[in-house]
Amino acid sequence: MAINWFKYSAPTTFYGLAGKLIPWFGISAAILFAVGLYIGFFVAPIDYQQGEFYRIIFIHVPASIISMFLYLIMAGYAALGLIFNTRLSSMMATAIAPTGALFAFISLWTGALWGKPMWGAWWVWDARLTSELILLFLYLGYIALHASIDEPRRADRAAALLAIVGSVNVPIIYFSVKWWNTLHQGSTIKFSGTSMHVAMQQAMFITLVACWLYAIAVILARVRSIILERERHTKWITELPEVK
Amino acid sequence: MFGLLLLVIRRDLMLAMRRRADVLTTLIFFVMVVSLFPLGVGPEMDMLRKMAPGVLWVAALLSSMLSLGRLFSADHLDGTLEQMMLAPQSLSMLVLGKMAAHWMVSGLPLVLMAPVLGIQFDMSAEALGILIVGLLLGTPILSMIGGIGAALTLGLRGGGVLLSLLVLPLCIPVLIFGTGAVEAVSTGLSVASHLSLLGALLVLALAFTPWVTAQALRISME
Repeated sequence: MAINWFKYSAPTTFYGLAGKLIPWFGISAAILFAVGLYIGFFVAPIDYQQGEFYRIIFIHVPASIISMFLYLIMAGYAALGLIFNTRLSSMMATAIAPTGALFAFISLWTGALWGKPMWGAWWVWDARLTSELILLFLYLGYIALHASIDEPRRADRAAALLAIVGSVNVPIIYFSVKWWNTLHQGSTIKFSGTSMHVAMQQAMFITLVACWLYAIAVILARVRSIILERERHTKWITELPEVK
Repeated sequence: MFGLLLLVIRRDLMLAMRRRADVLTTLIFFVMVVSLFPLGVGPEMDMLRKMAPGVLWVAALLSSMLSLGRLFSADHLDGTLEQMMLAPQSLSMLVLGKMAAHWMVSGLPLVLMAPVLGIQFDMSAEALGILIVGLLLGTPILSMIGGIGAALTLGLRGGGVLLSLLVLPLCIPVLIFGTGAVEAVSTGLSVASHLSLLGALLVLALAFTPWVTAQALRISME
């Protein structure tokens, strides 16, 4: 059976598909969040060093991982849009940026909440923290550039180029920040235990999957809005039941 | 090809010399920002000596942002840029020439001014030497990375602030290695590693940024 892989690369068909998928991703994200947070907060044992405070990792770690991956995925979509001129890829890149920025912010915020009781400071100029902050700046730059260009085509292409330049720079920035910190002083913060309790692992894994599902649901919803906005003059939009 | 490069550099330098005030404003801004720091944090020499490389580098970063907006805007307004893009020669080479001229006008004066300001912060002669070498390697990178931002924001409203927002995060490695080299002098560590990394960044920027900037110009002008 020959499958037409490109069928859903057109906004017309993808709009309907995304609409059907959103409830599935949304509901499963909600269920997994409930399960993961229940295990994390009530089943997982207390850490012998960090006490109850460590439990914020069930939000913090998934948010950090996703914020980093989303930037690469966004740059990938942006590159596809720039190279093959596919409209949907650029729309996806635009839709991913706010979610990525949100996760980067959550990661910094929860990190600060954890850092205050554990390190005694809301903020430490640690390599990981600093590179996460710079990642947030890169997201904000992308969003700001896209927002300040009125013509959608130019906005897509200019922001795509910025995202690609940014993704090339991410490893350089990461290592420079790492060396910057280690050159100044030896790393004072290390993860205490390498072996985690099974319940902690499960809770973290489940919340990670839940965060991914949430991110996908939100991105699909946003891309639907972008499609509606960009294609509002076309016939198929005016014939949609929800638009009529 | 190099004839073209020299031609563009000479043209941009001549244009800059006709409007000397622009060049001077950048330099005065640099001097002023650096002079504000002792007023802000207090005149203790020990602290100032420690801060000096960071202050000088950040000030150089900010003042090179100031003049970036002018990199393409004048040529864009009078239509020269369109003619340049129609020219049969490579646009990347033209862009490289403009970046080089921009560095000579807004980067080089800062490098020459830096030792004077460093003395105000009581930096040692050895640290000053490394600072200058670092700035010589680093400020061209700032002009080149800034070129990408300037091309992307060409003709946008509020372009100046947006430009800084886009370019500053990308300049962080240059800042880190530039200040790191000077710090290494005072702590007795090897300076060569930082300077080598700066040199590597310079080569990387030379290879890629003119081409990326040319693409950005094509996107902005179509």
